[in-house]
Amino acid sequence: MIEPGNDDAIAPGHDRSLAVREEPIANPGLPAHQWRPTDVDERLEKRAERQVAAMFVLSMICGVLFVVAYFTLEIGDNFDTFIGLGASTVALGLTLGGALLFIGIGIIQWARKLMGDQEIVEMRHPAASSAEDREATLAALSLGAEESGIGRRPLVRNTLLGSLGLLGLPAVVLLRDLGPSNAEVANEEEGTGLQHTIWKPGMRLVRDVLGTPIKASEIEIGDLVNAAPEALFPTEENGYEEIEGVPLQVQKAKGAIIIVKMEPDEIKPGKGREDWTIDGVICYSKICTHVGCPISLYERTTHHVLCPCHQSTFDLADSAKVVFGPAHRPLPQLPLAVDSEGYLIAQSDFTEPVGASYWEREKQK
Amino acid sequence: MSLDTSKVASTNGSTPATASKPSKIGGVAGWADDRLGLATAMRKNLRKVFPDHWSFMLGEIALWSFVVLLLSGVFLTLWFNPSMGEVHYEGSYDPLRGIEMSEAMASTLNISFDVRGGLLMRQMHHWAAMIFVASMMVHLLRVYFTGAHRKPRELNWVIGCLLLLLGTLEGFTGYSLPDDLLSGTGVRAADGFLKATPVVGSYMSFFLFGGEFPGDQIIPRLYIVHVLLIPGLLLGLIAAHMLLLVYHKHTQWPGPGRTEQNVVGFPMLPVYAAKAGGYFFIVFGVTAIMGGLLSINPVWKFGPYDPTKVTAGSQPDWYMGWPDGLLRIMPGWESVIFGYTISWNVMIPILIVPPLMLVVLMLLPFIEAWITGDKRDHHLLQRPRNAPTRTAVMVSLMTFYGLAWAAGGNDLLAITFDLSINQITYFMRVMIFVGPAIAFFITRRWCISLQRHDNEKLLHGYETGVIMRSAEGGYTERHLPISETSAYTLTARDRDEIYSVDGDTDANGVVAPGSRVQALRAKLSKASFGHNVQKPTAEELAEAHAHAQHDHELEAGDDHSTGHELHGSTVQSVDEPPRAR
Repeated sequence: MIEPGNDDAIAPGHDRSLAVREEPIANPGLPAHQWRPTDVDERLEKRAERQVAAMFVLSMICGVLFVVAYFTLEIGDNFDTFIGLGASTVALGLTLGGALLFIGIGIIQWARKLMGDQEIVEMRHPAASSAEDREATLAALSLGAEESGIGRRPLVRNTLLGSLGLLGLPAVVLLRDLGPSNAEVANEEEGTGLQHTIWKPGMRLVRDVLGTPIKASEIEIGDLVNAAPEALFPTEENGYEEIEGVPLQVQKAKGAIIIVKMEPDEIKPGKGREDWTIDGVICYSKICTHVGCPISLYERTTHHVLCPCHQSTFDLADSAKVVFGPAHRPLPQLPLAVDSEGYLIAQSDFTEPVGASYWEREKQK
Repeated sequence: MSLDTSKVASTNGSTPATASKPSKIGGVAGWADDRLGLATAMRKNLRKVFPDHWSFMLGEIALWSFVVLLLSGVFLTLWFNPSMGEVHYEGSYDPLRGIEMSEAMASTLNISFDVRGGLLMRQMHHWAAMIFVASMMVHLLRVYFTGAHRKPRELNWVIGCLLLLLGTLEGFTGYSLPDDLLSGTGVRAADGFLKATPVVGSYMSFFLFGGEFPGDQIIPRLYIVHVLLIPGLLLGLIAAHMLLLVYHKHTQWPGPGRTEQNVVGFPMLPVYAAKAGGYFFIVFGVTAIMGGLLSINPVWKFGPYDPTKVTAGSQPDWYMGWPDGLLRIMPGWESVIFGYTISWNVMIPILIVPPLMLVVLMLLPFIEAWITGDKRDHHLLQRPRNAPTRTAVMVSLMTFYGLAWAAGGNDLLAITFDLSINQITYFMRVMIFVGPAIAFFITRRWCISLQRHDNEKLLHGYETGVIMRSAEGGYTERHLPISETSAYTLTARDRDEIYSVDGDTDANGVVAPGSRVQALRAKLSKASFGHNVQKPTAEELAEAHAHAQHDHELEAGDDHSTGHELHGSTVQSVDEPPRAR
């Protein structure tokens, strides 16, 4: 059987390439075609035909059921009726899946049982072009190069290359306004830039979410309080400026702190940090110095706090030094004081940038 | 099967035979061809031959899941609002009503709870993404283990590696879009990775986020990357991948009638088109059922992103797990040089090793080709056992990947198996180096044993399981020769050739240029192939069969024969390093 149209295809058994090489066993050639039951038994053929058609009918039924489910089943409130998902989602998924699967199964059954299953042979060609084509192409290329004079006129060629290369500059420079640089936004007063936060001398520490100020005496030993700068909760009383949108998110991301209280004699104060704690109350940045996840898991007996992202562990009794994990630097510590009403306040901003390390970080301490 | 001769011209006249009446299909095709000239291009390709094997469908899964991604993705864009503007959620989902969140998150909830079929499509999209990446990886392994990456297909291998990279990035940008707590944490970690870049780190972070993290730019920017930029690149590369596949013609397994010069299989039309087309519906259908039954990325349970919060057990999608694992087991090294900070603890696991792994992956075919010096085209696949070193290299890389991936779940491992997270981490720090080495060694020896087993089957037949007792009381197992087809298939492989450096120095004792490189090549060649077992030669086979024949005759001569020593105790010395034969 010669393939119509396909010149590469040749009849099996006439493969010219089967010349025996230095092989232990000669290629026996393609085995003879085996007729399938559906090829020889008309009854089986009809049955396969019915099977295929039945699949397509099942698909149609699923398609109709999909439409029914779409219009009858409600969504919204009852989003977890079945296996944690809504009846609508489950029914739509099953009917759509059925409508698609049955088509697929039907077509494949058709291909396997009823379509011709005679394997055919096609000859390969080398991926490379013929030597003749190569030569002609090379000749055309060099003729083109010759006529353009690109080889003979280095001045033209080099200036062209230079101008093309320089086109990269506009392309890169155009992206410059994607955002300001750190240096452009850095402002100590506003707490912007990687090296500053919104913390200011005298700013109260307030509970996150609630925004209520915290007295040192309210914290019990072993407690961990998630807190924020008061400036993020402006009221008429505290007089802070309204803050919302991006500036709020930026300051939230940098200003988050954790306050813990432990026995004062358990604290090993860092050098120059002797007066940064109040009665065993000590405060650190909540932002991990590794890649910047908020830290949350506190083990009160060991004073260790663990970052849930990559398990860096910091010892809060010892200036939040890294005791385990991939972080290198301790969590920045916030120097604490108490105001006249007994509420915790910051002595100053953090003394170093919070969060992940970056190239010029040490220059900005 | 009788030929339809009704359309064949009945004369040799110079006037063309006029078809009596064109068939319907012929009419449409004629109309199209008059305008497009398609017949020339389609003439060969409609009946193009594709070989059949179950493992050839792995790449097909990737292709079809990409189509599912395109379709379900288009649906999602109709409702998704990629904006970080803040709104109060007022949709159907009670627990979050009234909560402030970005429009991206609110519209994701809207798709999930107020658009019929929306949650189904979201879950189908996410499942299809996982299947897309997973099937690309398994397809890559299949290609490499069977040697389908060899000439002339190296460039298609490189394209495939790029597709894997782009698919992974596409996945990351996609699951970051809902702006929920989990994905926001991932984006923040990505911000940390950018900042760790030497010199330009803080600039990259500020440019990407449009200022300080989190800003209000990242979601719209990731969105356009996710729906336009990467899908466009993916589409183009997939088209190139397919075109090259068609041009090279698919590889095939060796077997009777199959050679390096031919391809044996079913024609594109109708069988292959039906099977592949039917398979599209199956992949699509399975994805739909998964989307309907299996919950994935329930963002409403995580809540909107808040830069001060995080959930325990934060995990990226599985395909981002291995760099995350490297990040977790990396010691906390950081150095300050001339006042500038270099964060090795982030750079090595994120900015150096993953790109390096990708480059290694892309170079594998070229390194192999350089060692073997093989310039021939290869269209017959190899069994993994017949390339022991190559197989071992990939298993070794897989072990590295698997250990890094497991390390990415060290917190979950610790909880599930009640282990110390510190000890798991220390263990992984050692195993990430030792594990791949052990895997390499075991795999290679295993492959070589399997090769030896193949040769024994060829020379001495297969084990029947029938135990025979000889007159002397000795026990042997009866071996019978394997069929000609299987015997041929087992021998249908090339003998390995070991490259050796000859003429290192010329007559005057001058070292040949580049000889050091060639010496390295010879060393690598010997290490790669020196231990391989070669297939028996024709003489060895003949000898073994003569031996068996001899036993047979002995047995036939003895009416009361109960024993049969076909399998002598001396195994042919075919597993020596190959010499020039």
